[in-house]
Amino acid sequence: MTAERRRFGPRFSVARFGAIAMKEFVQMRRDRLTFAMMVGIPIMQLILFGYAINTDPRHLPTLVELGDTGPASRAIVQAMETSRYFDIEGVVFGAADINTALKTGEAMFVVTIPANFERDLARGERPQILLDVDATDPVAASAAASSFPRIVESAVAPLLDGALSDLAQGPPPVEVVLHRRYNASGRSALNIVPGLLGTILTLTMVLMTAIALTREAERGTLESLLATPAQPLEVMAGKISPFVLVGVLQTAIMLGLARTLFGVPFLGAPPAFLALITMFVVVNLSIGFLFSTLAKSQMQAMQMTFFFFLPSILLSGFMFPFRGMPGWAQNLGEALPLTHFVRGVRAVMLKGAGLGDTWAQIWPLAIILAVVATLALSRYRRTLD
Amino acid sequence: MNAETVIDVRGLTKRFGDKTVVDDFDMTVPKGAIYGFLGPNGSGKTTTIRMMCGLLRPSGGEGTCLGYDIVRDADLIKANVGYMTQKFSLYGDLTVRENLDFMARMHAVPDRRGAVAATLEEHKLAPRAEQIAGTLSGGWKQRLALAASSLHKPPLMLLDEPTAGVDPKARRDFWDRIRILADGGVTVLVSTHYMDEAVQCDSIAFISFGKKLIDAPTADIAAQVGLHTRRIEGRDLRPIHAQLKDAPGVDQIARFGSALHVSGRDAAKLDAALAPLRARPDLEIGPAKTGLEEAFIYLMTGSEDNYQ
Repeated sequence: MTAERRRFGPRFSVARFGAIAMKEFVQMRRDRLTFAMMVGIPIMQLILFGYAINTDPRHLPTLVELGDTGPASRAIVQAMETSRYFDIEGVVFGAADINTALKTGEAMFVVTIPANFERDLARGERPQILLDVDATDPVAASAAASSFPRIVESAVAPLLDGALSDLAQGPPPVEVVLHRRYNASGRSALNIVPGLLGTILTLTMVLMTAIALTREAERGTLESLLATPAQPLEVMAGKISPFVLVGVLQTAIMLGLARTLFGVPFLGAPPAFLALITMFVVVNLSIGFLFSTLAKSQMQAMQMTFFFFLPSILLSGFMFPFRGMPGWAQNLGEALPLTHFVRGVRAVMLKGAGLGDTWAQIWPLAIILAVVATLALSRYRRTLD
Repeated sequence: MNAETVIDVRGLTKRFGDKTVVDDFDMTVPKGAIYGFLGPNGSGKTTTIRMMCGLLRPSGGEGTCLGYDIVRDADLIKANVGYMTQKFSLYGDLTVRENLDFMARMHAVPDRRGAVAATLEEHKLAPRAEQIAGTLSGGWKQRLALAASSLHKPPLMLLDEPTAGVDPKARRDFWDRIRILADGGVTVLVSTHYMDEAVQCDSIAFISFGKKLIDAPTADIAAQVGLHTRRIEGRDLRPIHAQLKDAPGVDQIARFGSALHVSGRDAAKLDAALAPLRARPDLEIGPAKTGLEEAFIYLMTGSEDNYQ
């Protein structure tokens, strides 16, 4: 009795503990994907945070409106390039072009050097130089914007010799005017909330369809479904379409909250928003469906969703400035639907972009959709093999 | 192919990795037959049926179902065959009616509502129509599954162990329904483990280790297996069972209530083995007809380890 009790009694048994621990190890080893995640996630996180993410982005696309050309103007443009904050990508003419360039995201900054700049500088009249800033993402823009006055000053300083040398003493010889557009107060909520809409849709939409086929397989209902003459496209479209409505509902809720709780404006054209959001939801649902053709269980489908979600939030420009990432990370980001959605939705909601301005974000989504749908349909198995 | 042939497969083979599950399988099922498909667990019955209805791609061989090629015309077969899976595979979170309605839509059944209502009546499912299918008991689930797989009036039904785990009353009701379908001209291929069901079939194919061992009209099975059987009655037959088990000439011993059925392929050797017992006054030994069960247990011997 006593020996028996020591071995099998209700007290903590090392043997039982060992048995359970062993079993868990064996199961962990069999579940390759979980194991890969345990190893893969820290590696991925470290690489992304260590190399890709940079909250002090440089090489931001900048356009120049040259009202005057002279040594001072050239020196300023030169100094901006040298600072590595600004990449001068070209010149613009007129307010309309400046607006379009900023709205479509073609440029984050536009420098306007006014007419008679050189003359006014020489006369000591402290001419203005204007920097238009796309401030939708305060983090991305702030470092470059705040360095601008210093860059201008040091660019002009060497020119102030001889007759102009007394200008070097007093107040700055050039008055820098910063014009923060779209998010003048620099509130991060304005930038985050539209992006959050995309992030939440990415997670829910992908997850919903990712478990679509694996759930049928796990419950055994896939066999009945496959025994009917159902065609792959019918199954995919049938599985996806109910969730488009769910996505629309989620969007409506989030837009309502964004407006009432955070005062996020909605400046753009509803058709542009509708086109963008529909495309984005369908792309994510298709990605989920692709996962469900790859996964062997609902658990795996959820893991794949998570694997996809992580780079989506980190590399899309939602959380960290897109321009701050190195080239490879930007390329990776371009392949993620959230990247295009975040750009598009910020443009529509905060900058008042219309359908035409949003097209640049819609067609990449269409390409991603075509690729994903083709893969999913080719992966969809019509037999139980 | 004969116009009256519904299933005609030749050399059907299925390998999963290096494991051959079905090996060079031939079968011809005539129109209107109830064809029994027997074999131990893991013998390849389900795999064979799945290949016949386009759910698995054969690794080798060829064949037709209802005249359609089992590889090329899988969609046409799926549209015209009623397949009832071994495991309940309808939606457990839909009601009985919703499940039937879904299947009716998938098969584009004309007058869907009418067809579903008629099927509910026909299979006596009407009182359960609004019940969630997952909460049905085993017998009701089977009944729903049969109703769902016959809803589109397929001329061929493939039933994979449709009555496994169901009580005898439900099994009898189920077989009544199969009879009604067959009387209506439907061809039925049904796999089973139950002998009382096997005897109701017109013909039986027996498969083991993926190979077909026998395929004959039910009445001829016992003769084809070629077993001779003797019946021993008496008290305390246990020592006799032990004694005869390894005796030459005895291939199999089966217990039937208070009697032993001893069978062997060679009648002379069998009788020789029994000769010493005939002298005992407490035992009664006589000839007996070899039953299906003895025939199949004999066929299964040696495939016992084939569980998957």
